[in-house]
Amino acid sequence: MLYARAVRVALFVTCLADTLQPSVGRATVAVLERLGLEVVFPRGQTCCGQLHLNAGYPDVARALGRGFVEVFAGFDAIVAPSGSCVAHVRAHAGADGADPEGVAGRTWELSEFLVDRLGVVEVGSGYEGSLTYHPTCHSLRSLRLDGQPESLLRAVSGLELRPLPDATECCGFGGLFAVRNADVSTAMLGDKLRSVEHTGAGAVCACDASCLLHIGGGLERRGSPVRAVHLAEVLAS
Amino acid sequence: MSSAAARRDAPRLPFERAAALALEDEQTRANVHRATTTIRARRAAVVGETPDWAELRAAGTAIRERAVLRLDELLVQLEAAVTAAGGVVHWARDATEANAAVAHVVERTGSREVVKVKSLTTDELGLNDALLARGIEPIETDLAERIVQLAGERPSHLLVPSLHRGRPEIAELLREALDEPGLADDPESLLAAARRHLREAFLRARVAVSGANFAVAETGTVGVVESEGNGRMCTTLPETLVTVMGVEKVVEEWRDLGVLMQLLPRSATGERMNPYTSLWTGVAATDGPSSFHLVLVDAGRTRALADPEGRPALRCIRCSACVNVCPVYRQTGGHAYDTVYAGPIGAILQPQLSGERGTSASLPYASTLCGACADVCPVGIDIPGILVHERAKVVRMSRPGLDGRALRALGRAFSSRERYERAQRTARALQRPLVKDGRFRWLPGPLAGWGRSRTLPGVAPQTFREWWEERERGA
Repeated sequence: MLYARAVRVALFVTCLADTLQPSVGRATVAVLERLGLEVVFPRGQTCCGQLHLNAGYPDVARALGRGFVEVFAGFDAIVAPSGSCVAHVRAHAGADGADPEGVAGRTWELSEFLVDRLGVVEVGSGYEGSLTYHPTCHSLRSLRLDGQPESLLRAVSGLELRPLPDATECCGFGGLFAVRNADVSTAMLGDKLRSVEHTGAGAVCACDASCLLHIGGGLERRGSPVRAVHLAEVLAS
Repeated sequence: MSSAAARRDAPRLPFERAAALALEDEQTRANVHRATTTIRARRAAVVGETPDWAELRAAGTAIRERAVLRLDELLVQLEAAVTAAGGVVHWARDATEANAAVAHVVERTGSREVVKVKSLTTDELGLNDALLARGIEPIETDLAERIVQLAGERPSHLLVPSLHRGRPEIAELLREALDEPGLADDPESLLAAARRHLREAFLRARVAVSGANFAVAETGTVGVVESEGNGRMCTTLPETLVTVMGVEKVVEEWRDLGVLMQLLPRSATGERMNPYTSLWTGVAATDGPSSFHLVLVDAGRTRALADPEGRPALRCIRCSACVNVCPVYRQTGGHAYDTVYAGPIGAILQPQLSGERGTSASLPYASTLCGACADVCPVGIDIPGILVHERAKVVRMSRPGLDGRALRALGRAFSSRERYERAQRTARALQRPLVKDGRFRWLPGPLAGWGRSRTLPGVAPQTFREWWEERERGA
């Protein structure tokens, strides 16, 4: 399947996917290229600054935000497999006149890029099995995603999408929160994993590698057969 | 029956430690989970049915924002209006001055007890202890607040101080405290017993103390919003009424109440209209108290006012919608926050009122920044944004610890491509003895908490950018 117009897309892979979960980045490239898009990877990219802003280091975050804007200044569309990083870029990377070219406004989370920008829901994927979708907090309440990931998942052939009870409740990750308030984070994760297991689905899917690191790490530690998969990985299948 | 964390004399712990203890109390967690589930659904229903909610919210935000920015004028206007209506206004810089002003009024009446309308501000100021120290007995008359008082506990929720208690536990407490061993567990019996107990106090009382939900600068009117009618008893029966109010509660005009009184009950109890709204202006010769005192308290409000980014927290109308939707509060209940203002609003308000130190410095971190609080706030407070702002203040004011140094080092590693890629390679080399089958077997220092419930992958054998480079070379 080819996407007709020649669109050049810069991938912002995010520091977390780059370093810890490279399969999410590879899957994002596969989906975009399958649609006929030219994907480039600007090597100067590091981190958007979200971690540092949320931890209480706005000076570090500002410098990283400026770096992001510089690295991606020449591109029409910047796509990232992360709701929270894109939410951060839009709200903060371009703040205080640091983004005269409007880079932040051209930065998209993968599912909204596919559905809202390209108008595509069918990306030619096949996935055998059942799956439940967890809408991550920043994709829901900062980006205001409104069904784009679910539309994409419903169009995947062979995939059975099961509704997640209490879907909009936070999984308990929260970046530094997961470490600093590890006990509360673990209790919140316990509720989320119970909801996931209640669906009987074989996997839980989300648009944020960070939340999935937490959810998937919890499932693995429990010895659960349920897998945590990123939306990009499902769409690339 | 009461958990250690609930006791008023419990040790003061930072949130993360108090929360860890609170999580062990399964009964309290079940009570909090049940209560917040019910109230979330009620709020969602009555907000959902209001077609102009977005406009109401915008209006409420503007009303409260204007009031907070004009405090200097409005408070002087309020004082003049209250005085003209026969009231007496007292100004208090802090808890000590406020509590002394109240005690002084009570002592002049010769009364040795006061009936109290539920008031967060007097809880914040520690008024009850200050009165007891001067031989004056405060009697809380809001049922939930009375339950907490009888149990010797601290409130755990802005609106329902005994939210952490289930009905069977409350019945057991009342049987003992009211000396009614035959008291049944059903709501009617419990309410009847509470009514017998409180009616005696109402009929006897000569002095009442209240807080205020709002005060109107234009008219000098003060108001209390409640559900039981016990507050109304306090504001009408005794000869003397003392109202203690944080200075930020003032609004400009009478008509502002038209907006706020639609926002508050729907956000707070999930009701379309509030059951008892008592509004009074000074004293009237024909009815109600013959003596009215208004104590205007700063206690850190002007400190918050001086910070433009933290200031919106002063708009708060104490509805507790943010508390009820908070996934962190839902796990821990209110006592872990070590403030009268538990939950998200307390996590941004308490550090501003008391300074970002002690247990207050841990509160801005008591959140995943999930944003559920900001979505329901009826006066548009960007709670996650202020949490992050408060974290930066905590960092500035404290000596950097291990995690602070690690974050600074990480910031330097992110500062250029070369440093970042070198850091990836270095981490992969250093992790070798700790990682097996791609997962950490053991996590050092600050990361240990993660490892208790979650596995963590190490730096990938081939990072994304290494894969990309290999692909480019092959292409």
